[in-house]
Amino acid sequence: MFEQRELVLPGDVLARGDFKAGDNTYKVGDEIRASRVGLVEYGEDEVSVIALNSCYDPKVGDVVVGKVVDVEINGWNVDIGGPLEAFLNVKDVIGGQPSPDIPLTRIYDVGDVVVAKIIGFHKTMMRPLLTTQGPGLGKVGRGLMVRITPTKIPRVIGRKGSMISMLLKETGCKMILGQNGYIIAIGSRKGEEMVAAALEKIERECHVPGLTDRVHEFIRSLKEGG
Amino acid sequence: MPLIVDRRRVDGRKPEELRPIKIESGILENADGSAYVEQGMTKILAAVYGPKELHPKHLADPQRALLRCRYHMAPFSTEERRSPAPSRRDVELSKVIRNALEPAIFLEEYPRSTIDLFIEVLQSDGGTRCAGIVAASVALADAGIPMRDLVSACAAGKVDGHIVLDLCYVEDQEGEADLPVAYMPKLRQITLLQMDGLLTREEFERALKLAIRGCEQIYEAQREALKRRYEAIERLVGGEGA
Amino acid sequence: MISVRRRQVIPKIKRNRILSALSRGKRLDGRDLDEYREMRFKVGLIERAEGSAEVLIGATRVLTGVKIEVGKPYPDTPDRGVLIVNAELVPLASPTFEPGPPDENAIELARVVDRALRSAEVVDFGKLCLIPGEKVLLLYVDIYVLNHAGNLIDASALSALLSLMTAKVPVYEVSESGVEETGEYRPLELLNRPITVTMAKIGDVIVVDPSLDEEEVMDARLSISVDAEGRICAVQKGGPGYFTPDEVEKCVELAFRKSEEIRGKVVEGVGQA
Repeated sequence: MFEQRELVLPGDVLARGDFKAGDNTYKVGDEIRASRVGLVEYGEDEVSVIALNSCYDPKVGDVVVGKVVDVEINGWNVDIGGPLEAFLNVKDVIGGQPSPDIPLTRIYDVGDVVVAKIIGFHKTMMRPLLTTQGPGLGKVGRGLMVRITPTKIPRVIGRKGSMISMLLKETGCKMILGQNGYIIAIGSRKGEEMVAAALEKIERECHVPGLTDRVHEFIRSLKEGG
Repeated sequence: MPLIVDRRRVDGRKPEELRPIKIESGILENADGSAYVEQGMTKILAAVYGPKELHPKHLADPQRALLRCRYHMAPFSTEERRSPAPSRRDVELSKVIRNALEPAIFLEEYPRSTIDLFIEVLQSDGGTRCAGIVAASVALADAGIPMRDLVSACAAGKVDGHIVLDLCYVEDQEGEADLPVAYMPKLRQITLLQMDGLLTREEFERALKLAIRGCEQIYEAQREALKRRYEAIERLVGGEGA
Repeated sequence: MISVRRRQVIPKIKRNRILSALSRGKRLDGRDLDEYREMRFKVGLIERAEGSAEVLIGATRVLTGVKIEVGKPYPDTPDRGVLIVNAELVPLASPTFEPGPPDENAIELARVVDRALRSAEVVDFGKLCLIPGEKVLLLYVDIYVLNHAGNLIDASALSALLSLMTAKVPVYEVSESGVEETGEYRPLELLNRPITVTMAKIGDVIVVDPSLDEEEVMDARLSISVDAEGRICAVQKGGPGYFTPDEVEKCVELAFRKSEEIRGKVVEGVGQA
């Protein structure tokens, strides 16, 4: 019906018959239709759509980058860019209850950026639950935060990590990728800005093949431009 | 004053002819999705925020997202300047537009959240609720809200005894009937249907069929607008590579 | 009338970047402290309105429409037309704008723009009288913010000015039976062209044309309107912080310099109108 990776729109009939309805598709009778604007992927027994824009769908096990937006009695409300704010219980930060004379804001305050893992979420629950206990998790002290569409994170990584290793090498930055589309680049000012420009390019052009080479070329031209 | 002379309408159109239509998607920076529609002299801007947290929380539905819709007209959009405060008509249109779009959206995907949709009429020459729905659908798809299909919309009516498509303001004011319709062409489902004026059963059926044909044409323009954004980038980038 | 706008939380790491860049005399988007973002405008886009103009400063987008109607004059100025400036921060422009009647921000915005136009005596109100004491022309200037990316004041003031500069006034025929539209139009012909320049104070640093991020971390802002004769016609300080007299002096110098540049762009873009 469509070519592999062709641009499809909501309502487009992608396949008929014995296919499984993958991401961003829905089944009506024996027809599989797209539910979002994106590129259609025909797998062996599944049809899915790589959405070009969508909000973040929280999943247990995802590592996300979030912003603390409120402090409650027993934890913090964290904006992870999804449809609901996430909650970080203090016991999932320090492993127990804090002593009563230490205000929670001493640990994390409104405006702090944290790397956290989703440890609980079900659609019918009120909100995703987070933890910052674990390697690589916790507060981020400095860096440049960029937001891209969550579905494009795999493109930032690239096939066998080709894109991200190129970015790390060329810019000298450390990068933290959140499955929710929030990315932190930590390095020199120039390095961080190059990462931001590269991410903007990936966000805009991810549907056009040859991305990794183009981004590589782009970064080289930024470095030469000085 | 006759509105149709020699099968030509006040703006020179044939009875079954649409006004020229122009649609652009993704034009506002802050909104999660947006679209701009021009249909003849009618100009509409639509924007979507969400799905996102709903405050106050007690308004949330534990089983699905809320779609909150606000249809509003700019004070300079009409012949006489109008007060920016929402009129009763604005409130009714906000509701019927919401009901026109709800069937298209997979609201159950995002319980307890809200999807906020804003439609601003910048210039009005009739057909604003339909053009508003046309813009809103494109904005929703642009925002990545999961949908069953795009919702298209178009009005038909009766003017000077003729059944006509896509009434402009003067035709709506002076004509005999106005029938706005919203339609999901792939699913063949009508999601908005209103009428005011007088029509026989046969006229009603003809007008409805005509409106649906109008919807199908406008649907193609909506699809074009969504694709154009990505295809433009493809062309730009392809040029660099070559 | 308290604002019910929801505050966006700015991440601390971003606030720190802004401050550290400023200490080096630069801003996050690479601009100099006294540099405006790219400015673009379009006039006459709402054909049915008597005047209209859309201004873009960076990603901030403001559309203003002018509607001219016949109405009663104010009792204390029976032979002068009336200017009514209104601003709407429509919810589609920002996740922080809620639907509802104008809040304190929308009202301040409208009044600041109005003040500059009025003090600079931009419109010859005497020419807008049809029947003294009974019928005069009402100029409705409606400012519509379509995308908020910082510095709504300058974009709004400029779009209001441009929409008036290019507005056409209906010509009326006054007779015993009353007032009738002839169907003809004449240009509005403004007497002055005030330009407003807004500056933000962040710590000890003063920047021109604050972006949204800069507004989130600023201590205070100062908007200064300068007219075509080089006179200051409106000033507004906003925000919870303060300015020292030296800082005010510095802002005045900046306002004069930048308003010259902007006036040049306006004349180039729209002509002397």
